[in-house]
Amino acid sequence: MALGHDHPDGVDATHAHAHADVWLSDVSAGYGERVALEHVTLAVEPGSLLAVVGPNGAGKSTMLKLMAGLLAPWTGRIEILGQPAGREARRVAYVPQAELVDWAFPVTVEDVVMMGRFPRLGPIRRPGADDRRAVQSALTQVGMSRHLRTQVGRLSGGQRRRVFLARAIAAEPDLFLLDEPVTGIDPTTQELLMDLLEAQAKRGKTVVATTHDLACAAARFHQVLAVNRTVVAYGPSNLVLDADVLARAYGGHLLVIDGRTVVLDDAHHHDEAAPGERHFHEHDGKR
Amino acid sequence: MELLLDPLGFSFFLRALVASTLVGAACAVVGTYVVLRGVAFIGDAIAHAGFPGIVVAYLLGWPLYVGATIAAVGTALAIGVVTRKTGIRQDTAIGVLFAGTFALGVFLFSGISGYVADLFSFLFGNVLAIGPGDLVALVGLGLAVIVVVALLWKELLYATFDPLGAAASGIKVERLELLFLTLVAITIVVSLQAVGIILVVAMLITPAATAQLLTVRFTRLMLVAAAVGISSAVVGLYISYWLDVASGATIVLVQTALFVLAVVFGPHGLIAQRRSPASRLADDDFDDVGVEGAHGAVGATA
Repeated sequence: MALGHDHPDGVDATHAHAHADVWLSDVSAGYGERVALEHVTLAVEPGSLLAVVGPNGAGKSTMLKLMAGLLAPWTGRIEILGQPAGREARRVAYVPQAELVDWAFPVTVEDVVMMGRFPRLGPIRRPGADDRRAVQSALTQVGMSRHLRTQVGRLSGGQRRRVFLARAIAAEPDLFLLDEPVTGIDPTTQELLMDLLEAQAKRGKTVVATTHDLACAAARFHQVLAVNRTVVAYGPSNLVLDADVLARAYGGHLLVIDGRTVVLDDAHHHDEAAPGERHFHEHDGKR
Repeated sequence: MELLLDPLGFSFFLRALVASTLVGAACAVVGTYVVLRGVAFIGDAIAHAGFPGIVVAYLLGWPLYVGATIAAVGTALAIGVVTRKTGIRQDTAIGVLFAGTFALGVFLFSGISGYVADLFSFLFGNVLAIGPGDLVALVGLGLAVIVVVALLWKELLYATFDPLGAAASGIKVERLELLFLTLVAITIVVSLQAVGIILVVAMLITPAATAQLLTVRFTRLMLVAAAVGISSAVVGLYISYWLDVASGATIVLVQTALFVLAVVFGPHGLIAQRRSPASRLADDDFDDVGVEGAHGAVGATA
């Protein structure tokens, strides 16, 4: 796959079209009058493990919503699993940012993961033995099988993300779209979740996840898409995540100290962070 | 025992019993979603919006249910459309439509000379006065609401808890939203005869709010809400018969009493909290309704 940072539109989308699970061609989108993304051209092959990185407001979540069919593009074309976005919805599992959900809601861990099975059941049919097995297996994979009957509000930030990933796994999708799945969680949980996503990618499933964590993007994802209102760079993670590209993606929020890149990025969505607290994500630029 | 069996000899009481049981169940089931979405005032707004429909139906000599249904469903859908198309906040859209439609009802009503008993009973409800024809309409609509929820509870739950995740997985969230508002409107119309426009919001939210204090599982919550709704309807009806007082108000008072009991004696109620300080931490796990209710009760006893 070509490294696109010298030619942001250089990915040969037309050629990749036939094989891509996610295909965007000159897509622009936004909310109301505000432009969030413009001229995005992109093809993601099956089996990719792709991190979408960029500063706050760069359009990472918008990119995911476009792929999920939650937002219609102003211009351009989007095809997901070979169909217009939204058409193959049952083969797509989208997990929103954990902060967007009301965790006081009276549902248990089992209830939430079972929701992943609802689309394949369709209306009328009730969850059966197969569905309960899928839920149980997904919860075992994320290490939450002992919390089946726990109300989700009692879980820690890391546990909530495990449960959300279990819901996506239980849906048995071909495409995972995850908004900040590893933000603000302990390293052990992060490793576990990344192991699971890597396993899915190995089985030919496509995984696209936004993240603030450049160290994780570099170490655990296979491809990286750097965005800042448009595609800044796209390619294998070791090539994309160099200081030069990051400087273009992050602009003034980037500090380079002794060849090591430190991204200063205020006000992100860490669960456990106190308001106003500042975070550092360190990344070895020479990796 | 005779106290319980005697009234059953009257056909008007039997009709009232069937009607209030069904109203209690339908309101609790739909009300569970109303409470979880935090849109209690939609119920109040739609109930008031039914008023002009009733007055117009009365003036035209139509069945009052027909007028109420058209006005309530129309307003419910208008709330949905205005919110989505104009970007006006939902509570604002509700406030505008709620006051406007009720004003229209009062405007029309004040033009009718003389005392109009039918209209008065719709404002405050009198389930003991329900006729055989009304009962058939009520049973039909009430059962229809319950059947629709029984078929679509999963989709409604997913769309309520995580609308983005649900929409991305192919659940038609926008259509479900309009269906939900229609269900609320029909439930309210069905309940008008029993409790009236002013009190119907209590029928919708109090059973679910009570259930929320007792369980954290969705399916169980809905069943507990239905049990609270049905039992308080039956108990309230008997009390109103024995004491010869307004049935709607009595049913709502029984529901409120059950809610207060749950606030005080429930597993996360005031007494449980006093016994173990740890359970106070669990406050965060509960929705605002319960916590606010608990604080309100503290204020009242202080």
